[in-house]
Order: sequence, then structure tokens, then C-alpha cells
Amino acid sequence: MSFTTGWKGPAPRRRLTIPMLLCLLMACGLGIGSEASAASGESQVQASKGEPQAQAKGEPRALLGALDTGSFQAKGDAAQAIAESGAEQKTRWLQALLDGRLGKERRGDRFYIVTDDSGREWPIIDAITFEDAGTGTRRTVDIFKINNELRTRIEGLLASLSLSAGNEASRLSAAQRLVGEVTADNADRVRGMRDDEESDAVRGQLDVALALYDLQQGDAEALDALRGNLDTRVRNALTPIAAGDSALAAEAQSVLDGIESKRAWYDRAQTLFFGLSAGSILVLAAIGLAITFGVMGVINMAHGELIMIGAYTTWLIQQALPGQPGLALALAIPGGFLVAGGFGVVIERTVIRFLKGRPLETLLATFGLSLVLQQLVRTVFSPLNRRVTSPEWLQGAWQINEALSLTLNRLGVLLFCLAVFAALWALMRYTRLGLEVRAVTQNRAMARAMGVRATRVDMLTFGLGAGVAGLAGVALSQLTNVGPNLGQGYIVDSFLVVVFGGVGNLWGTLVAGMSLGVINQVLQPWVGAVLAKIIVLVGVILFIQKRPQGIFAPKGRTS
Amino acid sequence: MSRTDGSRFGKLREIARPDRVFDFMVPAQSPVDVRHGPILYLEDVSVSFDGFRAINGLNLTVDDGELRCIIGPNGAGKTTMMDIITGKTRPDSGQVWFGSRHNLLTLDEPQIANLGIGRKFQKPTVFEALDVTENLELAMAGDRRIWKTLLARLDREGQARIDEVLETIGLTEERYRLAGVLSHGQKQWLEIGMLLMQRPRLLLVDEPVAGMTEPEMHRTAELLTRLAGQQSVVVVEHDMGFVRSIARQVSVLHQGSVLAEGTMDQVASDPRVIEVYLGGDEEAA
Amino acid sequence: MTIQAVPQERDRSRQAFLSRSTLVTTFALIVGMLAVLILNALPASSALHVSGATVALLGKYFTYMLLALAVDLIWGYLGILSLGHGAFFALGGYAMGLYLNAQTSPLPGWQSIMTYFPVAALAILLAPGLLALAFGWLAFRSRVTGVYFSIITQALTFALMLAFNRNEMGMGGSTGLTRFYELLGFSLASENMTVALFVASGMAVLLAFWLCRAITVSRLGRVSVATRDAEARVRFIGYRVDHVKLALFVVSAMIAGVAGALYVPQVGIINPSTFAPLFSIEVVVWVALGGRATLYGALLGALVVNYLKTVLTGAMPDAWLFILGGLFVLVTMLLPRGIAGVISAWRGTRFGRRTGERKEVSA
Repeated sequence: MSFTTGWKGPAPRRRLTIPMLLCLLMACGLGIGSEASAASGESQVQASKGEPQAQAKGEPRALLGALDTGSFQAKGDAAQAIAESGAEQKTRWLQALLDGRLGKERRGDRFYIVTDDSGREWPIIDAITFEDAGTGTRRTVDIFKINNELRTRIEGLLASLSLSAGNEASRLSAAQRLVGEVTADNADRVRGMRDDEESDAVRGQLDVALALYDLQQGDAEALDALRGNLDTRVRNALTPIAAGDSALAAEAQSVLDGIESKRAWYDRAQTLFFGLSAGSILVLAAIGLAITFGVMGVINMAHGELIMIGAYTTWLIQQALPGQPGLALALAIPGGFLVAGGFGVVIERTVIRFLKGRPLETLLATFGLSLVLQQLVRTVFSPLNRRVTSPEWLQGAWQINEALSLTLNRLGVLLFCLAVFAALWALMRYTRLGLEVRAVTQNRAMARAMGVRATRVDMLTFGLGAGVAGLAGVALSQLTNVGPNLGQGYIVDSFLVVVFGGVGNLWGTLVAGMSLGVINQVLQPWVGAVLAKIIVLVGVILFIQKRPQGIFAPKGRTS
Repeated sequence: MSRTDGSRFGKLREIARPDRVFDFMVPAQSPVDVRHGPILYLEDVSVSFDGFRAINGLNLTVDDGELRCIIGPNGAGKTTMMDIITGKTRPDSGQVWFGSRHNLLTLDEPQIANLGIGRKFQKPTVFEALDVTENLELAMAGDRRIWKTLLARLDREGQARIDEVLETIGLTEERYRLAGVLSHGQKQWLEIGMLLMQRPRLLLVDEPVAGMTEPEMHRTAELLTRLAGQQSVVVVEHDMGFVRSIARQVSVLHQGSVLAEGTMDQVASDPRVIEVYLGGDEEAA
Repeated sequence: MTIQAVPQERDRSRQAFLSRSTLVTTFALIVGMLAVLILNALPASSALHVSGATVALLGKYFTYMLLALAVDLIWGYLGILSLGHGAFFALGGYAMGLYLNAQTSPLPGWQSIMTYFPVAALAILLAPGLLALAFGWLAFRSRVTGVYFSIITQALTFALMLAFNRNEMGMGGSTGLTRFYELLGFSLASENMTVALFVASGMAVLLAFWLCRAITVSRLGRVSVATRDAEARVRFIGYRVDHVKLALFVVSAMIAGVAGALYVPQVGIINPSTFAPLFSIEVVVWVALGGRATLYGALLGALVVNYLKTVLTGAMPDAWLFILGGLFVLVTMLLPRGIAGVISAWRGTRFGRRTGERKEVSA
């Protein structure tokens, strides 16, 4: 029995929480000494409690009046009477009752719906005419109390009400809500509605709801409809049934096992997704490095800081365009690429160029640059972390089914990574620059002899690698906060990816990044995040033993 | 230093002898057995890189004391063959034996070097930060183990040997110069000198006269001819004139296997060889 | 570059243990230590008095110099750039930390053996030594060299940092080990102890310097230089390059371990931040600034950079990273041979020697 499914009633939507309920109960209990409020018209009918059916047609006041009773059982019957009546306002009444916002004037006969119960003075409207009725307090309005059992019943009523009306979406959500809520009260009604229902999806949901009910009544046939259902409520309902040792229990257990294995499968898919999205960050961070290392043989320790620069560019553009995160992000993609790429070109021209053929010195010099860049950002933007708001279409999750939901920002990063990879691959494969880069990677001296301007290729390659780092920063800004240490955490991981994938090998980097991400994610639930990381580190170190050139090692005579 | 005595500690003392390691740790340094045939024996050796067959069913035998020249166009697999013999590259199939006792495919570079196979690279590689004497000293045959190396001192005999080699390679004047400041030809000589210090049974020499002047070339030819007899020498060379001046036996490598074998004249008149070279390098002869 | 007359004798600085640089460095270390001791013994009112705090600081510098020496041994002479030497330093430090903790309260489980000083002393050498042995064996056997090696050493120290941050390690988690009171039965708080640790560190530097010097002037040292410059050639001559590297790497790791062990009682804490890659790579810049493959350059570099750090982090904390980063860039670009290179260029001793102008090296 959960309240957490999307809840679309006509009344203001909100979740009832236990503390709120307690407050309401206390409020009602305390509101004894009451003051006179604007009296309204004369009280006409006190519904006779025994026979709610009598006022079946069109007597709103009588229908509501029946709720004014201390017995929850009678209240439930009254609610059912409302549901079965022809009153136009019935959905709203029941919703208000469920929310604890339906009440009766303490000194008088009017019924009110509280539209906002957050303050001391509640704005109220007339429950029958929905006209503004000023304000009330807990002293003037007597809220109808409900208990858990009654709540379940009202929810069932509401669900079957919205089943009979509204479009397919609202019927579907109502049907979903009915799962586990079908009781003897509404079973026949639901069954009737199921037969009238046109939509297959809604009918399927109703079948599940009914099957669950039938199963609770001991009907073994009903199990078939539940096979492979991922709904937590189905699982919860099946668990006690499977606990017995009857034939039904055994059957239920087998269904339950089927459900569990299906869930496990989706869990794995979920893990895979998380792994791939973590891996795509690694790939984005590592791929620029793989290019520069492959072509120039230099390790750029400032690579992490170029990622950070990309992320700060995103933040800056967003500051310049308040309220338009979508546009800002769209601009940040070229922006991050250009800014980080520009930094890269400057670094290449001023430092790396002079350290040709001295990879270890280059490593140290670029490490120094990384310290300077970090401190620079700290001085200019303060050491505090900055938050980049994601555009709406990157927020939330894509709920595929009960067991599998994909966070949109992670999905976005994954797709972005693949797009960047495809673009880079095409660049390397089909453009003149790509051809030159590959030539220099394979044999620098020969490429120079063939007229490739290796220094220009170096500069452009380094700029390209840095630009891709900037893109990684843009992507990262959608997942975490932006701070001066942002890039630092990725440097070791990216190098492992490069080493694992084989230097200068785009496909290797992709496969290595993704697999490291997935391996890490798979290990985490077993051994915890830190140990998982250590295991991956040690694993890569051992892997290098076997294949020092990475996964896709180029074989050849090395002279 | 220490001897075994009959006491029960004798054995222990034997085990703890500081100047020895356990037998199983002693590198296989047993002498090369050439009583039953050639010193170097390659049979049906193949290796391919990414689908390219660099060596393709290569058969080659070199007799003890022989001077063998290997010629062949670029990409014929000459350097790869040297890589295989010295343990740098492992072939996909085939057998490589040093004498009749040592299967080279089971050994790595240092082990092979210590068995007595010396190699001179195509591009002269000497230790540039060390002086000429030190370069020779490092190459001198001796115990290569860490502790021994740490405690090694250059004795009178070693010094004499270095002086002798310095004389041979004509670098006595330059003995205390850093190898890095030597001329290209001097580096070639130094590397040959290092080979001599190793006292190998088999020398593999890759293009020894590249970048040498005419007189230097003559000296090299003279040296290599002198070495043959005591040691076996395999020379890979492009320069046909040089080959003709030293070779008794020539093997022509083409596309990873031996195309022809014989004396220089036999080989040079072989139509297949002429076709391979298209007369290109022959004018040098 | 002009080439002077062909040298007629061997370059002693590279081949003889008792070369000028050995003598000068030894002399400078001993005189420096004695001077500090004498100045410390002066009454506190004297203007020349060196306070206990300064002695402790200098003692800390000594341990850094020791660490720099360890890095220079393998980077300068073997061409192996370790970006994870802080790990060995920290392991030595943790071994010492456990021993110090055991003096006040018994340690649980296996750690209780660390109560005994000989065990602790052994652990100080063995913990870094065995790690270096295992790691080096794996790395050198499969010929991991150059930047690859640097990166996986960095990964190693990073992994250890993560591991030591875990409370399950029993090493105090992220707080590390602290609350040290007694060493060999003497209180750590006393001024005499500070002086004793200072002297011990200084002596350790001297001994390690001699050890490294002895190694580098031996034939093994020449093999290692040869390996640095032309590894394949060394292999074809018949030396087992992996063993040479492994031996020096282990020795270097042990020196780093001793440095860590001396560092801990002087600073009073050891925590996982010592494993941080930044610290390890900082050590490399000390050596780079001082000058590689000279040994005394490493000592000089460690002293200079750390003195700068002490002064600058106090005066302008924000500027320190700018300066450190700038040092990395400038030293690699403008001073590839470091301060020692400047000294030797100034003395003009590289090729040929002019007997006329011999100046003392100030180390």
C-alpha cells in the first residue's frame, strides 16, 4: 500500500504524512471552545445514518452530512454512498476527505473544503458551491477524521471513480493505484469496469489488481496474471501467500521466484547503465588524453584542469544567461571546447613545444601548470563549489518499468559521450587533419618527410585534446558541482583508461573507459566504493603485466 | 673461500656460502655444444605482425667459426631474424637452437647474451653518459649478477683486455672521452669493441659499415675476417662491395625466407636474386 | 659546445667514491649539524640561539632530504620516475607510528608485535621494501617503463591513500596515527629528544648519501646509468635489466621508509595525506630543482624548496601553489640540470679541467 505513485486528483495534490495527520487530529481534538462564525443557511437534513442509500440522488448536503459521524465504518459507508451517487462534486469531496481537508462548520451546517492548511488561518471554500468562503481556523471548521483503513477504502473509491471517467492516462494511473486496493467493496465494480475498458494497458493493470484480490481470496488461477510482474506491491502481496505450505503457496513461490529473477535482471541492467554512464565520463576525460599521448607521446598532467576549465565555462555562461539553462548548456558545448582548446594551444606553444622528446619533463612541467591553473581558479572564482543547474529536460528520470529507471542527466552524458566519440572518430577517419594526426602517431619522422607539418599537427592535436577535455567538463558540470579540484579526481582514472585501452587508440579508450566504469559499478555493492576503486587500480596494474600495450595492442617490429 | 667439511654444519655452510647461489638459480651458462653440428640452427621459423608475415618458413644454419653474410632488400626480414635469435621477438612457430644444447626460444635477451651471442645494432647504441673505457668495461664478459656487479673491480687482467680492445678499435686516444661526444664512425667502432669485450661465440652484426669512410670500411672488413675462425659471425649488410670483400658464404633473404645461398659469385648470378634486386644494388659490386 | 682537449684521466666525480662532491657534501652536512647543535646549546637569551622548534624543523628537512635522495637514486641514475615514493615514505612512517602508539597503549591483533623496537625497525625497512619488491617485480618484469611506470606508481600511492583512509585498515582511518609520547623510553616532548632526532636524521642522511654514492660509483651504478640511456643495449650485453632496476628500486624504497620513520616522531602525526600523489610529485620537483644524478643536488633541492615553502606558506599562503607550479615549469624548461647543473657549468668541469680555478661547492 503506497501513496507514492503519481497522484492526480482534482483537489490540490499533496501527500499525507503521518506527522501532518497527527497535527490534524490534535487540532480537531483541541478545537472545543469555538467562536461563532458567519452563520449560513438553515440546516435542513440530518442524514439518517442507517440508510445512506435513501439520499441516493442529488442531495449533496445529505451525502456530506452522513460523514459527520464518529464511526469510521459509517463514514466509509457514507463515502461509498458519495461515490455511488450522481453528485458532480463527488471526486473532489472524496479527495478532500482523503487529504483531511473536508470539514463541517462547527456552529452551523455548511461544509467547507480547506484549500491550504499550512497556516493558522485557512482559506476555505464552500464544499457544495466551491465559492470562496473566507477563512476558517481549526476552531471554526470541524475536519472529518479518517483512519488508515478508511483511507485505503477512499483511495479504492477514488481510483474506481477516475476509472470511469477521464482520458486514458488518468484511467491508467487510477488502475495502477488500484493494485492492492481492490476490496470486497469495489471488486465487482472494478470487474465491471475492466470488461468495459477499451485500452489494453489499463485493462492489463486492472487484471493485475483483480488477480491480486482473487489470489487473496484463494484463487490459484489468478497467479498466472501476476507472473513476471515487477510491481513492488505485487511482490509484497505475494510474499505472505508464498510463506505457507499449500499447493497455492508453492505456486505463489514459483511466481515470486520468477519475479525475483526478472527484477535481478533489471537490477543488472540498472547497474550496467550506471556503469556505462560512469564509464562515459571516464571516456570523455580520457579520450583527449589518449589523443595527445598517442600523437605527441606527452602526458598532460594539466588535463584534469582543462576539464575544470570546461566546467567553469559552463557555469560562467549560465551566470550570463540566468533562467535559460537549456540555451546556456547549448552554448557551453562549443564554448567549453573553444576555451579549453585555447588554453591547450597556449600550453603547447609556451611549454610543451620546448620539451620535445622529454616525456618525463613534460609530465612535470604540465603538473606544475595544473597547480597554477587550480590556484588561479581558486583566486579568481573562490575555492567554493559552484552549482550548475541542469535544463529541465535533463532533470528527473526515465521510468521504463517498476524496476528500471534511467536518470536523464546520466543518460544525456552517455549519449553526449557517444556523440563526441563518433565526431572524433569521423574527424580522425575522414579529414585531412585526422590523416596527418594518424601519420604522425605512427611514424613522426616519416610523416615529416612526407611533408606533414608536424609542429602544426602537434598544436592542433593538443588543442583538440584540450577541447575534448573541455567538453568533458561541460558534461561533468551536469552531474556534480564545479570546483577548483574538479579535474584532479579524474586524472589518475583517465590515465588508467588510456593505459588500459592502449595509447592513441580511440576504440581502445572507449572500450577501456566503459569497462572500467562497469567493473567499478559491479564491484561496488560487494566491497564498497573505496575497495572497488582499489581493486580496479590493482587490476589495471596487473593487466599491464599481461598486455603492456593495452587491449588493442598494435603488433609490429619495434626498432 | 669456504670448503665443505664433514661436520653437520658443512651442508649448512655450503648452502649459506655467500659467493654462490643455488644451483637452480644459476643461469644456464654451460658451454655451447657444437660437436654435432652447426652453432646456429633455425628451422621453419615464422612470425607475423598484424597479418604481415615478416619471417616465413625461414631455414638457416651457421657453422662454428663461419663468417656468413646476409643480404636482402628492405623488408626481407633481416632485422626481425636478428630479433628472433637474440630473444627480442618470439616467433609464431619454428625452432631456434644455439649449438645442439640451447633452445633459444626458451631464453630471454640477457640469458642469450650470456650464452655468448653478441649483437651490434643497426643504429650505433653506446652508453653516451659513460666514457669509452666504461663502455668496454660494462661489456666485458663476467658475472652479471647484481651483488657481483656492485662489488666488481676492474682487475689487471680486465684492464689489459680493455687496452687490447681499445687498440683494436683504434680508440686508445679517446679512452676517457664520453661516448656521447664521439663521431658516428667512432661510435660504430666502440660498439664493435663492446662486442669483442663480450667474447661471444656468435656475433650478429647489423650494417656495421653504415656511415663509415672507405678506410674505416677496410679496417672493419679486416677485423671481421680476422674474428671468423675463432668466433662465428653473421653480418647483415646492404653494401655489396663490403659484402663481396668479406664474404665466403652469402644468404639472400627475400620476403621472410632464404631465397638463395652460396658464394657471392654464385648468388650474384642467380636469376631469382637478380630479379629481386632488379640489378639495383648490384652496381656497387 | 666546444670540445676541449681529450681528457687524459678518468672523471673522478663519476667513478671514485671519494670525489670532491662526496667530501664537500659530507663536510657540509657535518659542519651544518655541529653548527646547529652549538647554536642550540647557547643560552636562549643569545641572539644566535637556535630554538628547539627550529631544530625540529631542520630535522624534518633532513628527512625530506633523505626522501629526495631515494628519488634521485632511481630517477637520476636509473631513469625511473616514481610518482609514488611518498607511499614508501608513508609506510615507513606508519610502521614507526604503530610502534610509538604501542608505547602508550597495547595494540590489537597482529599490530601488537610492533611494540618491540627491533620488530618496528625491521618493519620500517621491510614494509616499503617488500611493497617495492612486489610492485617492481611486476612492473619491471613486463618492461613497464617511462611515463607508464610513472603513472602506475601514482596509481599505487593513490590506491594506498584510499586504503589507509578506510577505518577497517586499523591505521586510524583519515585521522591517521597520532598521540605519540615516547620513543625508546624517552619522552618525545623533551628538547633533548628533538636534538637527538635531529642528529639521527642528519646521520641517516649522511649514511644514505654514502650508500648511494657507493652504489652509483660501482659498476652496478654504471650499469644503471647505461640502463637509463640505452636499456635494450644493456640487455643485449647480458645484464638483467629488471633485476638491476628492482634492486635499486627496493633500496630506494627502504631509504624512503627510513625517512618516513624519522619524520613521524618529529612531526607527531602520520595520516593518509602523506600518500597523496601531490606529495610524491613534489618530491620530484625538489630533485629536479637540485639537479638529477648528482645526489648532492637532491639534498640541496629538498632543502631549498622546503625552506621556501616554510617561509612562503607563512607569508603568503595563496602564492605558494603558484610558486610551486611555476618551479615545475621553469626548472624543467630553463634548468634541466638543476642547481647542480649550474654549479658544474660554473666550475666548467664537464669536459677537461682547468686546474687554475677550483672553487668549493657550497652544499
